Amino acid sequence: MEYFVQQLINGVTLGSIYGLIAIGYTMVYGIIGMINFAHGDVFMIGAFIALISLLILGSLGLTFIPLALLIVLIVSMLMASVYGWTVERVAYRPLRGSFRLAPLISAIGMSIFLQNYVQIAQGARVKPIQPVVNGGIVVMESPSFIVTLSYMQILIVLTTLVLMAGFSYLIARTALGRQQRACEQDRRMASLLGINVDRTISLTFVMGAALAAVAGMMFVLYYGVIDFFIGFLAGVKAFTAAVLGGIGSMPGAMLGGLLIGLIETFWSAYFSIEYKDVAAFSILVLVLIFLPTGLLGKPEIEKV
Amino acid sequence: MIGIFDDPRIATGAVSKDAPLLQVEHLTMRFGGLLAINDVSFSAAKREITAIIGPNGAGKTTVFNCLTGFYKPTTGRLTLNREGTLFYLERMEDFRISQEAHVARTFQNIRLFPAMSVLENLVVAQHNALMRASAFTFAGLFGLKRYRTAERDAVERARYWLERINLVDRADWNAGNLPYGDQRRLEIARAMCTDPVLLCLDEPAAGLNPRESLELNELLRFIRDEHGIGVLLIEHDMSVVMEISDHVIVLDYGRKIADGAPEAVRSDPTVIKAYLGEEEDEELPPEIAADLEKKTGGEA
Repeated sequence: MEYFVQQLINGVTLGSIYGLIAIGYTMVYGIIGMINFAHGDVFMIGAFIALISLLILGSLGLTFIPLALLIVLIVSMLMASVYGWTVERVAYRPLRGSFRLAPLISAIGMSIFLQNYVQIAQGARVKPIQPVVNGGIVVMESPSFIVTLSYMQILIVLTTLVLMAGFSYLIARTALGRQQRACEQDRRMASLLGINVDRTISLTFVMGAALAAVAGMMFVLYYGVIDFFIGFLAGVKAFTAAVLGGIGSMPGAMLGGLLIGLIETFWSAYFSIEYKDVAAFSILVLVLIFLPTGLLGKPEIEKV
Repeated sequence: MIGIFDDPRIATGAVSKDAPLLQVEHLTMRFGGLLAINDVSFSAAKREITAIIGPNGAGKTTVFNCLTGFYKPTTGRLTLNREGTLFYLERMEDFRISQEAHVARTFQNIRLFPAMSVLENLVVAQHNALMRASAFTFAGLFGLKRYRTAERDAVERARYWLERINLVDRADWNAGNLPYGDQRRLEIARAMCTDPVLLCLDEPAAGLNPRESLELNELLRFIRDEHGIGVLLIEHDMSVVMEISDHVIVLDYGRKIADGAPEAVRSDPTVIKAYLGEEEDEELPPEIAADLEKKTGGEA
């Protein structure tokens, strides 16, 4: 029982990180109907920016952890936003109106470029970091097993909840969100109503990148090691999460992220840790076969 | 005198206030070998409904597509006069035509945002004012007062139009679930929410029953008289055209063949010919008959 609760806590934490990345996939898919294959690498860059700014703040002698974390959060969100904007500007906008596969390929190119750029600039070796947030709460205790909920896990889940609530509000209630939904439904009509569609698409990439940067920061704080290649696997898994939840749907991305996190954690805990990725991707295959629109996705109605 | 720092799409000053609202000069649109519009010139005035009619394939919708920036015309100048400022529409991107020149349009096949509510469809059309007031969302997120006032104004304006088209009690419906006739009128209301000076309507009466058609006439007259804007109308339903338009332009095979008051156009022989084809035994207009006589030189 205790073991189960511990895995549940770990799974929810991991799921939160996947969910944050998955939102970026789902928002971009919603607005331009394409997968942003460089999104995982924006996540990786967010993690690197968080690591670097944390080290800089440390060397400047800032020892008050909450303030340091807040600064790191803002810095990594801002800088990753610039990367997200650039990806759209370089790999998507020039190819708008071209055939559908072209931006897909250019995004894959962008992904490879970002990985290699970080590999050259930062080196290929893994980068460790001292744990920043220590300690935790003991939730349950038995003679053989102690269930702990670390402060880091609380921080991750809370940040995710706050950001998801904020972004859901932004999409549902603000003029910007309305504008995005209008572009999603009919880009050309939106532009005839005076909406700057290009800018709206850019902002969507920027929002996705900011969330991915938060996920990257949480990742580096939680696991303590990163390298230039973490974006690939995390990206593909978050993509799986977005498809599982129903691509194009924000609540779907959150739910999908949570489910993928839980499946992966429980599989590693009860079966074999070597096959945890197999478990996650088997889910993708099953979902695509039996539920192609995902859990919360809307079926596409073909007009005849 | 145009300075190098001036926006080439816009000219200010030196425009007489009574210049026409829209001036189309020598508009030509070519798609490869197909000449869709061939040297068409016309103008449309404020407080007037200008109807563009013509047989299928005459190039009416292409004119609209040029006006709203979907096509870049091959040649020609499209000048919109908004309170003394001239906008050269052929040089502007489509969203700027709505944002700056304030030209709005509707489509032959309805293009509402079907998954948004009726109210949201009207509010999203006013997003430019909202975006400015919300300082590009930052203020909006924190619910600042200026933004809330702007949002209230937007809803107020939406309500005004909902009352006009009798949809107040369905404001929360998804637009896609409305009956056809209501969707048509909602689309016009949404276009009006962008605060246009020129409203381009592409076959607004298509698929409406006679009663809805009458309501549409009513709405269009209201828009012309109360809001003082120019309406450009493509329509096949002659009862609508003859009833409400002040000025009719007839296109055929991409050329303008007639231009004038509805009564004059209705009796114009070239128009009748374009619509009905030529009748063998019909008497030719005297000038054409004389011309024909001269050419054939009495051989016949």
